[in-house]
Parts: sequence; structure tokens; C-alpha cells
Amino acid sequence: MARTLITVPSSARRGEIIEVRVLIQHPMETGYRRSSEGSILPRNLLRRYTARFVAADAGGAGELVFAADLHAAIAANPYLSFNYRATTTGKFVFAWEGDEGFSHREETVLRVV
Amino acid sequence: MKRRAFLLVSTLTIAAMHACRVSAAPSRAPLSPTLEKLVQQFAAGRPVTEGRVKFDIAPLVDNGNSVPIEVSVESPMTPADHVVAIAVFNEKNPQNDVAVFTLSPAMGRARVATRMRLAISQQLVAVAKMHDGQCFTHTVDVLVTLASCLED
Repeated sequence: MARTLITVPSSARRGEIIEVRVLIQHPMETGYRRSSEGSILPRNLLRRYTARFVAADAGGAGELVFAADLHAAIAANPYLSFNYRATTTGKFVFAWEGDEGFSHREETVLRVV
Repeated sequence: MKRRAFLLVSTLTIAAMHACRVSAAPSRAPLSPTLEKLVQQFAAGRPVTEGRVKFDIAPLVDNGNSVPIEVSVESPMTPADHVVAIAVFNEKNPQNDVAVFTLSPAMGRARVATRMRLAISQQLVAVAKMHDGQCFTHTVDVLVTLASCLED
């Protein structure tokens, strides 16, 4: 299990634009570096990140808010920050996918008052 | 008379050349051919204009392993007028792609931030694609004193 650090306010006023910050533990190995023995370290990257928002009264997969296709030039432990306009109470579903079958999911509830 | 005419013509020519050079000189470094190609590819034939995008990065970077970047676009982010994607390309890392972000009107603000690697001092470009396909760019030059990607 990869460790994640997610910063989202637990509640927001209707119409308020909040900031979402996510960080996940991952080496983002580029495939260009060599180990101390001289062999090339195999590429191991996070390829895609998605943030969806599932309204509490709607359910289902929710709407896609933000997505990112990541490449080798993204630093290790990928950090992403973006905004969201709070409209209804619901939850964020964050998902990361990468090489070697990497897959990770996190959920955070956002209460709109 | 001949000498006077010659002087007049040569003075005018020099003045004209100077004026040309001044007007032709860009306000910033021109986009490198590598980046130009990538931007055109991303734009897929739609017009590309400079402006509306702000690429925020430190101009002098100590350590290329993790460099904070932020790209913001002037856009109301409404369903009728919003940014659909932002791409960031680099010139001299082993691979030119950095990231492609997919945006939606639900974001409320067209702004993304992340951290990237920089192999050496180079040019970077951010391209924003609007809902109607128009593209806007911002190019920056960055100096790196300690490289990433190539070290052990």
C-alpha cells in the first residue's frame, strides 16, 4: 500500500472554490538511472491520476473533476494540486495507476454547508 | 552632389536596418524547434497564441530533482467557456513530456501545480487548450545548478 497525503477541507460553503492537494509515495523510476552495480533500474512510473466527485444524492461513478497523465519528468512522490468549486455534499474519489500493475484509491468526504 | 546622395541613402539604409532589427527582436527567447513541434502536435492544427497562460517556476533552480511548478490560465471555467487540457513540455530531459492535465468546469479555477524534474538548464512551455480548440502558451527559461535524471 502506497502512503498518501491528501489535503481537502472537510467542509465548504456552497460555491466556494477549495484547493485539493494530493501526494503519493512512489519512486517514479525513470528507467534512465543505474544502480550501484551498474545495471539500469527498470522504469516504474505512475501513469495516470484521476479525481472524481460523487455527489451524495447521485451515487454512481460521479463526474470527472481533474485528471493527469504523468511522465518521467514528474518528480518522485508525485504531488498534485488543483481547485474544485463546492456545489453539493459528496465524496472525492482519487485514483492512481501506474507501471507494474500499480493501482491505488482514496476517498475523502466533502460537506457543503 | 553624388557624395551627398550616397550619404543620404546609406544613412537611410542603416536606419531602416536598425529599425527592422529592433522590431524583429522578440521580447523573449524564441521557442526551440523541439518544443515548437510538440506544441503544434498538441494543438492539432488549431491556432496557437502566446498569452492567457501563466507558467510559474523559479528562474534559478538549485536542485533539479523536485522543482515546484504551477500553471494557471485566465478562464471563467464555466461549461460554456473553460480550459479542457494543459500540457507541459520540456526541451532537454531524456523525454519531452512532463504531464498532460485534463480539466473540467467543476474545478472553478484553471490552475494546477505539481513538482517536476529538470535534467539541465532549459526551456519549458505550458500549453492550454480551450473548449473551442484554441491554444495558448507561455514559455519560460530555467537555469539549473544541480541536475536530475542523469545522476546516480
